[in-house]
Amino acid sequence: MPPDIEPADAAPAASIVAFPAARRSLLAGARTLLSFAAERLLPPLVVLIGLGIVWQLVCSQPGASLPAPSQIFTGSWELIANPFYDRGGLDKGLFWHVLASLKRVGIGYAIAAIVGVALGTLIGQSKLAMRGLDPIFQVLRTVPPLAWLPLSLAAFRDGQPSAVFVIFITSVWPIVINTAVGIRNIPDDYRNVARVLQLNPFEYFFKIMIPAASPYIFSGLRIGIGLSWLAIVAAEMLIGGVGIGFFIWDAWNSSLIGDIIVALAYVGIVGFCLDRLVAAVATVVTRGTANN
Amino acid sequence: MPKPYLSLSLVSKTFTRGAVMTEVLRDVSLAANKGEYISIIGHSGCGKSTLLNIIAGLSEVSEGVVLLENREVTEPGPDRAVVFQNHSLLPWLTVYENVKLAVDKIFGRAKTAAQRHDWTMFSLELVHMGHAKDKRPAEISGGMKQRVGLARALAMEPKVLLLDEPFGALDALTRAHLQDQVMAIHARLRNTVIMITHDVDEAVLLSDRIVMLTNGPAATIGEILPVPLVRPRRRVELVSDPIYLKCRAAVLRFLYERNRFVEAA
Repeated sequence: MPPDIEPADAAPAASIVAFPAARRSLLAGARTLLSFAAERLLPPLVVLIGLGIVWQLVCSQPGASLPAPSQIFTGSWELIANPFYDRGGLDKGLFWHVLASLKRVGIGYAIAAIVGVALGTLIGQSKLAMRGLDPIFQVLRTVPPLAWLPLSLAAFRDGQPSAVFVIFITSVWPIVINTAVGIRNIPDDYRNVARVLQLNPFEYFFKIMIPAASPYIFSGLRIGIGLSWLAIVAAEMLIGGVGIGFFIWDAWNSSLIGDIIVALAYVGIVGFCLDRLVAAVATVVTRGTANN
Repeated sequence: MPKPYLSLSLVSKTFTRGAVMTEVLRDVSLAANKGEYISIIGHSGCGKSTLLNIIAGLSEVSEGVVLLENREVTEPGPDRAVVFQNHSLLPWLTVYENVKLAVDKIFGRAKTAAQRHDWTMFSLELVHMGHAKDKRPAEISGGMKQRVGLARALAMEPKVLLLDEPFGALDALTRAHLQDQVMAIHARLRNTVIMITHDVDEAVLLSDRIVMLTNGPAATIGEILPVPLVRPRRRVELVSDPIYLKCRAAVLRFLYERNRFVEAA
C-alpha cells in the first residue's frame, strides 16, 4: 500500500470508532453525576427539609420566641437575596461583613501558620527546646481565645490588630503541637536514607522533614482554621466595626432575630468551606498521603 | 595476598543506656574481597543488623575499625548503599522520584539532567520496575517496593551493597524470584555485597562465603563457611547438589546444635 493513502484510509475508520465511544462516555459521565447526586446530596437535603418543617410547625405556635422559617424569609429577604448591597457605615450586605471577617482571619491565620510550623519544627527537632517551651505552650493553649482580647487591646490600643492577634493566638497552638509531633514521628528509616545519601540540613528539611511531617502539619492547620473561625465571631462582637460577629451582635441589639439566623447560616457555610479548602490544599501538597 | 577491599578489625559495639551497658558485638574481624557476596547469618537479636549498621556508618563502633579501600568508615555515605529491611521508600514520591532523589544527589555534578534520567531508568530496568515508574510506594506490592529499594541502592554505584534482610518480609515465591534477580544483577555488575539473613537456603544459594554469628550478647563470628558452588547457580539443580547440601547442613548444624537460640534469654 502506498504510504500517502494511509492517512485518508485511517481517518474515517477512526471517526467511526470515536463517535459512539465519546457519546457513551458522556452518557456514563451523566449517569455517575446523577448517582452521586442521589447518594450524597439527596440525604442531607431530605433531612434539611424535614427539620425546616418541624421548625416551621414549632415556631408558628402563638407565643413562640423564635421566628419560623417563613417569617425569616419575609423579614430578612434583603439579606438573603442581596448579599452585596452597601449603603455606607455598617449597613452592608452579608458578603461585605464576611469578607471583613475573612480578612482578619486570613492575616492572623497566615501568621499563625508560619510561626506555628517554625516553632513546631524547633520543638520537634530539639529536645532542649521541647523541654523549655512545651510546658509553657501546654498552659497557654488552654487559655480561652477571648481572654486574650483585653490584654491585646491594652497592648495594641486598637480593635483591628487585637482581633488579628486573638486569631493568631487561638490557631497557633494546634499548628505548633501537630507539627512537633509530625517532626518527632519521622521514621528512623527516612533519617537513615537521608544519612546514606548525605543530604545537607537544607535538603533534609525540604526533601524529607516537611513532606514526612506534612500530614501532621496539615491536620494542625485544619484544626487551626476551624478554631480561628470560631474565635473571630466572638472577638468581633466585642470590638465592633464591620464583620460578621458584630453584625450578629448588632442584629441582637435591634431584635432582628431573623437576621441573626441568616448570619449564622453564613458563618456555618463559610466555616465549612474554609475547612474543605485547607483539606483540599493538604491533599494536593501531601499528594494524598494526608488522611482526610 | 592482596589487601582486602572491605575489612573489619576487632569491631566491638556496646550500647549504653543509663547505667546499663549491653555488649552486642565483640571482636568481629572480617575481610571481604572486591566482588564477593558475603552473607551474615545468626539468630534474631544476635547483632546482625548492628554489624550491618556499623559497616554502613549509621552506627559507630565502640572499639575496632572498619576500612573500605583503606579508608576508615566514620559516617554513612552512598559508597555503602543500604537496602533496608522494610524498603524505606519515601511515600510521597513516585518510584521514579525515589530513585531519582539518590541519582540527583550523587551525580548532580557529574552527569547532565538527561544522563541522570537515563541512569534512573537504567537502574529501574535492572530490577524490572521501569513499567511502574509513576506509581507511588503505596500502590505497589511488597516485593516491588523491595526491588525499587534495590534499584535506589544500585543507582548510587556503591562500592559495597548492604542488604539488611531484604527479602525477610516477602512470601516464598516472591522471595525466590527476587533472589534470582539479585544473583543476575550480581553476575552482571560484580558488586561487593554484604547481606544479612536468617534464611539458611538463601545464604547458601547467594553467597560466596557465609559468616555465622554466635548468639548474643557479645556475639562474634563463630565460623566462616566458603560456598564453592559454581555460578550461575540454579535453585532447582542445587536441590540435590552434594556441595549445596553439605554447606546447608553445616550452617544448620552451627545454628541449631552449637548455637541453639535461647528463648527469652
